[in-house]
Amino acid sequence: MKLTKTLLATTALTVAAAGANAESHVEMADSMTIVSWGGAYQESQLKAYVEPYMEQNPGVSVTWDESSPEAVAKLRAMDEAGNITWDLVDVTAADAMRLCDEGLAMEVDHDEILAEAPDGTPATEDFGDMIVSDCFVPQIAYSITNAYRTDVDEWEGRTPEDICALFDTENFPGNRTLERRPINNMEWALMCDGVAFEDIYDVLETEEGQQQALDKLDTIKDQTIWWTSAAESIQTLADAEAVIGSSYNGRFFSAIVEQDQPLEMLWDAQVYDIDGWIIPEGLSDEKLARVEHFLKFATDTQRLADQAKYISYGPARASSVPLVSTHAELGIEMAPHMPTNPDNSDNAFVQNYEWWADYRDDIDAKFQAWLAR
Amino acid sequence: MSDTVVITETKTLPYSFTLPVVGGAGAFFGLFVGTAQGSGLLGVVIGFVLCAALAWVALSLAGVKNEKGFKWGCIALFLVAGFLVGGAPGLVLGGLFGWFLGWFIYWIGRGRYRMFLPPYLTGGQVLWHYSFRVICGAIFVFLITPILVVMPLSFNAENFFTFTPEMLSFDPAGYSLRHYRDFFSSAEWQQALRNSLMIAPVATLLAVGFGTLAAIGLSQPHVPFRQAIMAILISPMIVPLIISAAGMYFFYSRIGLQGTYVGVVLAHAALGIPFVIITVTATLVGFDRSLTRAAANMGANPVTTFFRVQMPLILPGVISGGLFAFITSFDEVVVVLFVGSANQQTLPWQMFTGLREQISPTILAVATILVGISIVLLTTVELLRRRSERLRGLSPG
Repeated sequence: MKLTKTLLATTALTVAAAGANAESHVEMADSMTIVSWGGAYQESQLKAYVEPYMEQNPGVSVTWDESSPEAVAKLRAMDEAGNITWDLVDVTAADAMRLCDEGLAMEVDHDEILAEAPDGTPATEDFGDMIVSDCFVPQIAYSITNAYRTDVDEWEGRTPEDICALFDTENFPGNRTLERRPINNMEWALMCDGVAFEDIYDVLETEEGQQQALDKLDTIKDQTIWWTSAAESIQTLADAEAVIGSSYNGRFFSAIVEQDQPLEMLWDAQVYDIDGWIIPEGLSDEKLARVEHFLKFATDTQRLADQAKYISYGPARASSVPLVSTHAELGIEMAPHMPTNPDNSDNAFVQNYEWWADYRDDIDAKFQAWLAR
Repeated sequence: MSDTVVITETKTLPYSFTLPVVGGAGAFFGLFVGTAQGSGLLGVVIGFVLCAALAWVALSLAGVKNEKGFKWGCIALFLVAGFLVGGAPGLVLGGLFGWFLGWFIYWIGRGRYRMFLPPYLTGGQVLWHYSFRVICGAIFVFLITPILVVMPLSFNAENFFTFTPEMLSFDPAGYSLRHYRDFFSSAEWQQALRNSLMIAPVATLLAVGFGTLAAIGLSQPHVPFRQAIMAILISPMIVPLIISAAGMYFFYSRIGLQGTYVGVVLAHAALGIPFVIITVTATLVGFDRSLTRAAANMGANPVTTFFRVQMPLILPGVISGGLFAFITSFDEVVVVLFVGSANQQTLPWQMFTGLREQISPTILAVATILVGISIVLLTTVELLRRRSERLRGLSPG
């Protein structure tokens, strides 16, 4: 007991001293911990805006933490322990909504903290519908889509034309690889079971509709390798363990264009999602000042367009789209590889957050039970 | 060594025994080759006939006199056959099989398998003698294969965990050192290596210091509650790691140590202490207490006695405990994920996130390097253990 008190007292003193120290010297903290996804995506953020920012602001150091996949759980633990060590967190829109609801992410005034478009359009208009939560600063639009191997002998030259090739084991035999969760898989199953595109969520609301989707998935269950991290699905396809399957479009781009794997995109019925920043609630003033300063720079029109040089994700700002140019190293035009390209947008879904927020727990449970059967 | 002495005479065994046994071995291997080529059954038949025929040639035509010539012929035959069937990899496998078959035919046919066994053993006992060794070998293969598979994959020229066709045909173009270059040139990996090298030695020093003192103290018979204290001290080894990690996370957060270098070092030291206590306690069992009394009798104070008499004798235990503590810290991923922050990302942390987010063979390159380090450390431990036994007179050495 006594020991704990002494320890607590010393710590409090150290913290107080550190705080006073920081205040007297600088307004903005000179270090930031940015949380992201690692891999090619984090690399694109580094090249497009973190390195340019550090060049403009020498003396600022950035630490990366590749913890975005468990950002929600970790932020909860940090909040409980009263010890927030992150300054800026990259999360998907759905996670941002959850964090915002729980009060773990800070609500922001988008027009105030973000730069306007070059023509003076305010940020809220420039980002438009992408701002799905008061805490969320959108960066890119990506999609979960499918790709297939181009060297499968058993297909005898047939190539998949639409999403239903996933379920067509007669013309396209071989293993599939799909994400181990109901979202997207249920929609695709219904689409290929004769449900009209606009009715899908109405059907999926009913018990019978859910059963119908699972029954359709049942037809390929034996041949499906389920993935939980996108890297797994690319590995499985590159290894020819599976011949067709889903992943993030940027991962496919990297495997096909940068790594020369014999894969081809199947854009049909891709599902858009949005990824962006949140600021954790409860940062100190200096830290917050630094993060806002960085965020204004990192999400301006030019920076978001620059990011598309490194990865095939569409910028979240309307004003960035015309500025998207060629790949930084390979020099190829990036526009045809963007999920938002009209040629790729047949039957495209937009991740239906509200609907899934209402039905997720229920359908998740059914899906997991079905998987275990 | 005693078992190089021939204790059973060899003689040529009847064909009715040799031919089916050698043919059976041929059928076993033929099954794999046949399956790979399309027909397992055909492979079994061809393997049986071919090997039985070779055994007959060896034992009736070549005999013991031309044994060398037959063995070389056998290797050459299977080199050619392997090359025709499977190219470069087939050449290697064929050569190996030819060498094995040449040896196996004489081993079985001349009854050499009984050479080093007592003549009175029954057939069943001889069979068990060799089955036992085969089972042991199979367990060894089971344990070691996952580690061995990683090593060639780390030299992959591609960015995936895939044995490419080029690799399987031993084409140099299929191999590269790019993942090793990645490791040595990437700032993230180098930072992770630096962090690991800054954390592990300090944690080891703390663990060795505290662990040795605790072990010496607990080996004194007059200490009260020895068993209970011992149990508490080695609990980090027994409690599930994730529980310790979560506990440390909340405790360290409260006292401001979470996400600091000191916090990670302390956490790893706590994990390492049980290893030091256990190894040092084991060495102390063989320590003769009359030596300390003799030292005291000659006027040495306890500190001098400890450093001049006790420490040199228990040093092997201390060092091997230290090595275990070092490896624990160096390989640890769960606790550091909780107690550390992004500034203390260690090698295992980097591997963990890398494996989840981008399955890149750089991880395999790092794994291969770490396996190498572990082998060196464990060899050191083993050598020290032998030295310790020699010092304590337990083995003639």
